[in-house]
Amino acid sequence: MSRRVHRSLWVWLGAGLAFLYIPIVSLVIFSFNSSKLVTVWAGFSTRWYGSLFHNDQILDAAGLSVRIGFISAALAVVLGTMVAVALARFGAFGGRALLSALSTAPLVMPEVITGLSLLLLFVAMEQAIGWPAGRSAMTIIIAHTTFSMAYVAVVVQSRLAGMDPSIEEAALDLGARPGKVFFVITLPLISPALVSGFLLAFTLSLDDLVISSFVSGPGATTLPMVIYSKVRLGLSPEINALATLMVAIVGAGVVIAGILMNRAEKARIRDEQMALAGDDLPAANPVSQA
Amino acid sequence: MHDGRKPELALDEPWRNPQATPYISIRNVTKRFGDFVAVNDVSLNVYRQELFCLLGGSGCGKSTLLRMLAGFEEPSSGQIFIDGQDMAGIPPYSRPVNMMFQSYALFPHMSVQDNVAFGLKQDRTPLKEIRERVAAMLDLVKLSPFAKRKPHQLSGGQRQRVALARSLVKEPKLLLLDEPLGALDRKLRESTQFELMNLQDKLGVTFIVVTHDQEEAMTLASRIGVMNQGHIVQVGTPSEIYEFPVNRFVADFIGTVNMFAGRIVDEDSNYVRIAAEADGCTFFIDHGVSASPNAQLWVALRPEKINIGREAPADTRENCVQGVIDGIAYMGDVSVFNVKLASGRMVKVTRPNLIRREEDTLTWDDEVWLHWHPASGVVLTS
Amino acid sequence: MSRGSQLPLGDRLAAGPRGLTSTLAQLPPLRLLLNALARLPLSGHHAVIGLPYLWLGLFFLVPFVIVLKISFADQLIAQPPYSSLVDLATEGYISLKLNIGNYTFLGSDPLYFNAYLKSVEIAFCSALICLVIGYPMAYAMARSDPAWRGVLLMLVVLPFWTSFLLRVYAWIGLLNNNGIINNVLIGLGLIQEPIVMMRTNFAVYVGIVYSYLPFMILPLYSTLEKMDLTLLEAAEDLGCRPLKAFFTITLPLSMPGVIAGFSLVFIPALGEFVIPDLLGGTETLMIGKVLWDEFFSNRAWPIASAVAIAMLSLVVVIMAVQKMLAKHAEASQ
Repeated sequence: MSRRVHRSLWVWLGAGLAFLYIPIVSLVIFSFNSSKLVTVWAGFSTRWYGSLFHNDQILDAAGLSVRIGFISAALAVVLGTMVAVALARFGAFGGRALLSALSTAPLVMPEVITGLSLLLLFVAMEQAIGWPAGRSAMTIIIAHTTFSMAYVAVVVQSRLAGMDPSIEEAALDLGARPGKVFFVITLPLISPALVSGFLLAFTLSLDDLVISSFVSGPGATTLPMVIYSKVRLGLSPEINALATLMVAIVGAGVVIAGILMNRAEKARIRDEQMALAGDDLPAANPVSQA
Repeated sequence: MHDGRKPELALDEPWRNPQATPYISIRNVTKRFGDFVAVNDVSLNVYRQELFCLLGGSGCGKSTLLRMLAGFEEPSSGQIFIDGQDMAGIPPYSRPVNMMFQSYALFPHMSVQDNVAFGLKQDRTPLKEIRERVAAMLDLVKLSPFAKRKPHQLSGGQRQRVALARSLVKEPKLLLLDEPLGALDRKLRESTQFELMNLQDKLGVTFIVVTHDQEEAMTLASRIGVMNQGHIVQVGTPSEIYEFPVNRFVADFIGTVNMFAGRIVDEDSNYVRIAAEADGCTFFIDHGVSASPNAQLWVALRPEKINIGREAPADTRENCVQGVIDGIAYMGDVSVFNVKLASGRMVKVTRPNLIRREEDTLTWDDEVWLHWHPASGVVLTS
Repeated sequence: MSRGSQLPLGDRLAAGPRGLTSTLAQLPPLRLLLNALARLPLSGHHAVIGLPYLWLGLFFLVPFVIVLKISFADQLIAQPPYSSLVDLATEGYISLKLNIGNYTFLGSDPLYFNAYLKSVEIAFCSALICLVIGYPMAYAMARSDPAWRGVLLMLVVLPFWTSFLLRVYAWIGLLNNNGIINNVLIGLGLIQEPIVMMRTNFAVYVGIVYSYLPFMILPLYSTLEKMDLTLLEAAEDLGCRPLKAFFTITLPLSMPGVIAGFSLVFIPALGEFVIPDLLGGTETLMIGKVLWDEFFSNRAWPIASAVAIAMLSLVVVIMAVQKMLAKHAEASQ
């Protein structure tokens, strides 16, 4: 049911969305500016894309960020799903409250604190047991996994909570052991949540500047760290070009995902309607295959 | 057809009196949503203090009609008058009409008494008066002990009564009830039906009830309007609707019915003889029928109006048929027999279980005769 | 339960070595351990609980203990630049040196206190601005045609998936003295001199509101969207005008969303580093930036740790308040 809404609200919504998109659009437009002055239009050019693709520092950092993102997102999905399953399905167990608190705390923790505390841990561990020797991509992966598993846990937990538990009970009733039930029944049903959890964790990792800056070592410079160091020095058209590429990739990904989901949803609704219509029709009069 | 338990009307059966002024007058109202016609040229008069039921299946337009009375939808064409006042363009908050919602729509963040007081507060009723009227109303629906509770702390029946109290406390000219008992379980529904009728009797408010439950409509209503596909198919008292349905839809929708297709074979001004050839029986109806001689007709026969027994009736030429018992459903008060005729069709017959331990009960595969009174069959032309 | 438990202690001791082990098994700590081990079916359950527990304990809980420890340490010019709290003194005593100097230093230097207050002020005001901007947006979205809602929701979420850093960077280009906004205004002849916006609190507000607006809209949208609209019809039916119905029904019922949205903006804004660093000037002292500078520029690890602990306590207090408010809002429905 939708209710009529005053016209001024639509104007407000449009203005709000414009506020969200004007900076992004300005980034994209000025990435095609031929002048090095980012904010003065001097003509169309793609030269900054060319120089971006010859900037080894940025390319290396982007490669490293993507690798870190993949590994930490994968780890976060495994660990976060474990947390979610434990919290949503194991009922009351000793330490449940603590696990629940531990797994949600990273969501509200200021990044500077998370970064600082993890660095101090790594330093202390290095002193005590000699590992990790120096800081590297490994320490960044650990840090990113720690905070993004909390996000995965939230996403998966809400999916599990919305799932009919009697489906799992039916599998148990039919003789599947709990481990089997998880892999054969639960996992396929929560797979959309796992995918969105993975994407979320990947994005968070790719985006993180503060925590990476604390825990990275000399050899490991992620993309946000490079961007930050460049941005501190002032505007750079190469960064505009980079931003445009990222917006294009994310935008295309979201639009494709949206279309696919929409199509799947429509197909599901159509199937359901056909199935229901089939119920009402006598058997002698089968549904014509359209 | 007035029976004592029905509320006293200001005028006894005013719909039979052409001079009576209707209190609510719906004139040629149509409501379209895009291409879909939800309500199609409906005209209906409801009289003061009536308890009128709109009965129909889902999507028949009854709720849309109700929402137009409340003012949530504007008719695409036609007019609605309440107490002589044209309702066109009057928003819901200015109408002398209140509604009891199917979901009750209780405000979850307000206590029972705040819910009930809400409507009075909107009218800037003096606080003292609000307090008194709310207290009186809560008393009437027996909710005084729960005045301070929040809706989620109440049972389904209690919530229903809060919703009722909230919509009645403003003493509306017309109370609209959307499936008022739909969310209650069976036992509670029965007792609540009578409470609802008592309350209506006591307060003298005109009720229009929307329901899909024919039993509920039969119990509550002074009159019923049966709706189908946006049309009002028949308006009448519960017994008129049940005993004199105007077409097959109404006959089938209200109660159970055995429908026999047939043709007139013999006709007179005070009787008609109809042969249901497919089922191998002939109906003698003790009144004339206005229909063309060879037209297809239907005879509707209620299961309780058929006698069932092993012996053949005295006259086996008409108003009877032979069959075999194919199934029996024992319901406690009555038993329902499914009797298979020679033609293969099933006929439903109910018989009250008058004797506790009946000797020689009818049972599966018994050969039986079904017969009925000439006045029992209803002839339908559409 | 072993049979041994039915015998008195003396008898069990007398029962020889086997009795002795069973007696030992009855000693509280050992018994607990044995019972726990016995009850362990050592199933997947324990791995599922244990592994994330281990991870979070090691990489989330222990670090805070270390931060707490170092916040009580002395500053040293060394690697790592802090003193050890626990010394194995020569006599074999363990001496614990707690240095609360870092905290008294935080208290004595107005820089920290001001940064603290400023952070709270900026975070609170930003959340408030987000609420004012976001509520009507969420409302319009929730009341829009269902076919449009998915698209609108996607439009609100989409910026979140692109780099936060780059979106903040975009505002530099917009707000600079020779930036897009000033260029446009001068071009239109509305102003002669550029308006100074970069490196001001205004820029920080713009950055925070811009970055966190979606976090306000999403919870508001979800509470408004699932609200039962017949409640509004009921209110109107009872004589309430639409605007009044908004304030008496919709707004109170959307409080859980307001609280959730407010804290989703307030808490991260409180510890924000990137936005004040890139857009703010010297007047914008926020606690996250202070911590960063203490750590990276001054290498003052103990002070940074003390700042972190102080900041953490603030977050804990805010979380507690938020929990309480949310509970209250839930309970009133």
